[in-house]
Amino acid sequence: MDYATLLQLLDTTLRLATPLLLACLAGLYSERAGIFDIGLEGKMLAAAMAAGAVAALSGSAWIGLLAGIGASLIFALLHGVASITFRGNQLISGVALNFLASGITVLIAQSLFRQGGRTPPLSGDARFNPVTLPFAESLRDVPYIGPLYYEVISGHSVLVYIAFVVVPLTWWVLFRTRFGLRLRAVGENPAAVDTAGVSVVGLRFAAVAITGVLCGIAGAYMATALQAGFGREMTAGRGYIALAALIFAKWRPIAAMWACLLFGFFQALALRPDVVQSVVQFKVPVPFLDALPYILTVLVLAGFVGKAIPPRAGGEPYVKER
Amino acid sequence: MDRLPRWADVVLVPLISLLLAAIISALVLLAIGQSPVEAFKVMVDGALGSPYGWGYTLYYATSFIFTGLAVTIAFHAGMFNIGGEGQAQLGGLGVAVVCLSVPWPHWTIALAAATVGAAVFGAAWAAIPAYLQAKRGSHIVITTIMFNYIAAALLVYLLVDVLRPAGQMDPASARFGEAVKLPALNDIPLFNLVFQKAVPANVTLFIALGMAWVVWAILWRTRLGYQIRAFGKSEAAARYAGISPTKIIMVSMLLSGGLAGMMAINNVMGEAERLLQNSSEGAGFIGIAVALMGRNHPFGVVLAALLFGFLYQGGAELGLWTSIPIEMRIVVQGLVILFTGALDMMVRMMLAWVFGIFRGIKTAGAR
Repeated sequence: MDYATLLQLLDTTLRLATPLLLACLAGLYSERAGIFDIGLEGKMLAAAMAAGAVAALSGSAWIGLLAGIGASLIFALLHGVASITFRGNQLISGVALNFLASGITVLIAQSLFRQGGRTPPLSGDARFNPVTLPFAESLRDVPYIGPLYYEVISGHSVLVYIAFVVVPLTWWVLFRTRFGLRLRAVGENPAAVDTAGVSVVGLRFAAVAITGVLCGIAGAYMATALQAGFGREMTAGRGYIALAALIFAKWRPIAAMWACLLFGFFQALALRPDVVQSVVQFKVPVPFLDALPYILTVLVLAGFVGKAIPPRAGGEPYVKER
Repeated sequence: MDRLPRWADVVLVPLISLLLAAIISALVLLAIGQSPVEAFKVMVDGALGSPYGWGYTLYYATSFIFTGLAVTIAFHAGMFNIGGEGQAQLGGLGVAVVCLSVPWPHWTIALAAATVGAAVFGAAWAAIPAYLQAKRGSHIVITTIMFNYIAAALLVYLLVDVLRPAGQMDPASARFGEAVKLPALNDIPLFNLVFQKAVPANVTLFIALGMAWVVWAILWRTRLGYQIRAFGKSEAAARYAGISPTKIIMVSMLLSGGLAGMMAINNVMGEAERLLQNSSEGAGFIGIAVALMGRNHPFGVVLAALLFGFLYQGGAELGLWTSIPIEMRIVVQGLVILFTGALDMMVRMMLAWVFGIFRGIKTAGAR
């Protein structure tokens, strides 16, 4: 494999890792606050449809992004009401909302545009177009670093850069602010937070809402940046891969970034079986590459690559008085 | 919150959940400019209005009984098996291996062997997540989701590179022989008086009903069933009573995976007569809705499976005769899971409030 192919692979990795990263960080807030969320997939899908539809109607990717965040927030709040207010089973609620999103996105897209459940193809300002970072053109001829900067780092849509800014931001919020400390506490020992006079319900709803916003950006990125429009089931299990990355990263933001980059790299490899074959010298079935993130997650869960311990109060509704 | 009377708990709670799901579905239809009344008529006509419609409704219901029972038995052990979909696909692989490897003389022997094959393959696919849960404490929900994706990838590989006969374009196994063709309801004496056209519902329906009885008997009439239910209610208490957690987790998940796998004799052997990609078509997931709706009791599961059979056949008819997309049935499925599973408490609180008012009137009258 030559340097140019490697750069191409890394470029694809970055583009494919972005929705995983946003969804993974989304899940991080929710799960750190003690609310399991296997509904990341559904929220992304709802956001992708809303963003694709609204961007097509308004001609603006930014308005589409807002619509995507809005749609994702509605699903996040439904999850909050079911699992916080009515203390329902968080896993079942997530499963239900995933189905709801899977069906309703096609229903709405079909009744709006009548194009077989897709939204119309987007172009121009209705999409997030690549931005060229400063000095990318002029540094292009510097050996090794120049092409790396030009091909891999530069030339993505603004949402990619936002996703990677959210990583240190999340670290700072969780580990350096009062809100973050309380958020983590409510996921470990909600009774202690309650005793300190801080609202458990309020904190958990705040976390679920942040999850909604980040999943919204992830979904909008799918429909208005990575691809040009929404198609049925377009998230294709990315919400679950993000969940896998979250466990792989043991619920830590910086590690989550590396996990998502790794899983994004696998997805990029699955698109280039010829490259894989030339490196390992034998034919690797594409389905195996597709399944790698899942296999890796199972190995992590099994404790072969270090033990993953979830937030202690995760999945349990908080009952104030017994 | 006041306790509800038992009949309200068993009958009223699921019915009201269903009613709420129906109301929201009707609102969704109104919002996309369709008439809910018309849609319901098309569904009832298409799914229940003719023996032909019933033939499809019962065919879907057969699959859903298996997957519903699979989720039920795991639920009783406190396990949430979302892996029914992958286990059903592996069950399909088991059926294909059995049907293709031996030249079976008669369908009865083939059916017995295929049932075992389907159950063993399904159970094997549940065994790894079960073992990891029991020994390593890996969360069963996450591992079974991962195994759904791994199963899908495995089947794509096998169907494209291994099982596909030379010269065939589409990724599918070879056709099974004529001898292993299962009798459909229109081939069975007496039933063929009702079902005169060819329908997909087949003898597997009776196996499904039989399994419902078996699951009931295991759960409520055997020592093992008692241990499973005790473990599901309180792991600590069960452990104290000398029940081995590893044994219960393994056994309940193997039974669950086996049941999900057995679904494949209905769709792979009974209908498609070859192994196709994504053969289970989401039936593994519908098992979750069926188990929740059926209150985790085999009798309830059979009723709920019929309801979802109606929903699936009716939904397909919607896709054929109206401009309502077939995805409407996934919306209803999601709503049913939401109301019966996650918003259960809300429904109970509403009911308790209504019962409270009635009680208030009664005591006031007595005075």
